[in-house]
Amino acid sequence: MTTPIITRPPTERAALPLTTPQLPALAPLLAALMAGGLALLAGLLLAWPWVAMVVLGWWLYLVVLPTWSLLLEGRRKAVDRLMTGLVWSTFALAMLPLVSLIWQVLVRGLPALNGQFLTYSMRNVIGEGGGIYHAIIGTTLITGLATLISVPVGILCAIYLVEYSAGGRIARAVTFLVDVMTGIPSIVAGLFAYALFVLILGPGVRMGFGGAVALSVLMIPIVVRATEEMLKLVPDELREASYALGVPKWRTIVKVVLPTALSGIVTGVTLAIARVAGETAPLLIIAGATTSVNWNPFAERMATLPVFIFSSITEQGRYPEAQTERAWGAALVLIIIVMSLNLIARVVGRVFAPKTGR
Amino acid sequence: MTDTKVPTVAPADDVGGGFGRVSGRGDSVFRGLATSSGYLIMAALAGVAVFLLVEGWPALTASGVQAYGKDNIVVYVWPLLFGTLLAAVLALVLAVPLALGVALVISHYAPRPAARTLGYLIDLLAAIPSVIYGLWGIGFLAPKILPSYQWLQDSLGFLPFFRGPALSGRTILTATIVLAIMALPIITAICREVFSQTPRMNEEAALALGATRWEMIKMTVFPYSRSGIVSAIMLGLGRALGETMAVAMVLSATGIITVNLISTQNPSTIAANIALNFGNASGTKINVLIFSGLVLFVVTFAVNFLGRWVATRGKVEG
Repeated sequence: MTTPIITRPPTERAALPLTTPQLPALAPLLAALMAGGLALLAGLLLAWPWVAMVVLGWWLYLVVLPTWSLLLEGRRKAVDRLMTGLVWSTFALAMLPLVSLIWQVLVRGLPALNGQFLTYSMRNVIGEGGGIYHAIIGTTLITGLATLISVPVGILCAIYLVEYSAGGRIARAVTFLVDVMTGIPSIVAGLFAYALFVLILGPGVRMGFGGAVALSVLMIPIVVRATEEMLKLVPDELREASYALGVPKWRTIVKVVLPTALSGIVTGVTLAIARVAGETAPLLIIAGATTSVNWNPFAERMATLPVFIFSSITEQGRYPEAQTERAWGAALVLIIIVMSLNLIARVVGRVFAPKTGR
Repeated sequence: MTDTKVPTVAPADDVGGGFGRVSGRGDSVFRGLATSSGYLIMAALAGVAVFLLVEGWPALTASGVQAYGKDNIVVYVWPLLFGTLLAAVLALVLAVPLALGVALVISHYAPRPAARTLGYLIDLLAAIPSVIYGLWGIGFLAPKILPSYQWLQDSLGFLPFFRGPALSGRTILTATIVLAIMALPIITAICREVFSQTPRMNEEAALALGATRWEMIKMTVFPYSRSGIVSAIMLGLGRALGETMAVAMVLSATGIITVNLISTQNPSTIAANIALNFGNASGTKINVLIFSGLVLFVVTFAVNFLGRWVATRGKVEG
């Protein structure tokens, strides 16, 4: 093999410039304008739908800017510009379903919303009319019960992990299992609750409390995770100051550690409620569907908003339009509930943020 | 659970208890409560497995009408498992590149103040209930996407995946797209966490050597977060495997084994099959469905277990 470095003429090395040409800072904007203009022109001339125009404009942008850069700045800069374009387009692509979904739910759900829709159940309703009162009651009861079960267990478990276990082997196992538990499919949680109550109450059991148990399986790990993170943020100085005053450990936890972490815990719990309020599969299994209001979570089927949406779509009967309209209306109500819970969580987290050193 | 254990070591008063030592009755009660909550969670997870096993066991001998007209439970579950794996893996093929890009936008591309808002938007995607994704899938996506399936059949029909006939939008490919949208925020959340933990020094060193931003990401961010990405993919897979409602509503399933993604005959998934049939099931059919749920549980447990294991191993090494 020859030695290329020595044979290379020295003049070539000297000719390498110290500065390289660069595209102007406005180059991406110019390329976007050019691509957009070309796409608009082609689309108008060929009478394309606007989706095709957007796609064409996007492709043109991804071709024009890197090519321009390749000619002027060289290959590496061109690759960088191409990747920047691609990375940003993944984000735009990911936003498409979100925008489309919220728009669809608003447009199709709003016509269904009225006083009757929110205050009537579906009892004896055939065709038009009726409402989701029974489903709202059911969702509130079942989610509330699930919260009553999950919050004490979740917070106590987090206290055990952070304050008492000192990173022992059991604590590590519990942490790991909580992680794995967050991945349990929701329908499996429903089957678990069903299998549990069948052994106690006999086959064919349907009740709201079972739904609450199933939701708790999904909710506890979220509460544990959130609380654990928050408890770890509480500075040790606070604990030590409390111990130095002779306060027993449990009072230190209840009076010092928990209040300090309270806002974070409230945020985590609210997010967990928002998450399980929209769960469908477990409630479909164990709470079932009904058209009447049921205030007793320990007996009989209980309707919930998500299951109402599902059964309105899958069992359309003779009045598919009315069923579909009610499904979109219920979807709008459910999304409003879930989004406001999320908003409350963010506001609580932001406003009452723990006053730690971090 | 709330039995008050008699303190064995602690003295009756608090004197000499040391820093935060267990002392007095209140402490042992509280400690007992907290500890038993920890054990309760372990018991719950074990309970899920045990109760599913107990109720699923009779399905092993089911056949004929009891097993939905199949010879035995394996013949019944296998096509469903195939559909589940097919839909989940395809969903990841769509979701992972997108999720990596979105995570990069939030961690490295977007300006700092904007990144927070963008991250919140992606979190919104995760907050939307699955049943609403299903409603959107069947009410909006399926009819709108049908023309592109016909185009796929016309131009790529020689591939086994796009053989068609593309007559309905309610295909496994539509279900896969919805699944991908639902798995995206989970993968993104973990990836962006890992990406932003790349040592600042490594990034600045790469930039100082003249690397472009993409080269910097390729040289520092990706190698550093490899195990994080793998575990994010595993967890996204777990989510896609277990997702029920979107598939149950979007897919018009016939429960066959095929790789044809846009035909009118589609493989079903375990979760969707349970959701659609549980209401009308009785007797051994319920046991059969519960058994299929057990199979799903084992598969997702294994996937999640692997994902978490990779994550913790990566942490120790990194």
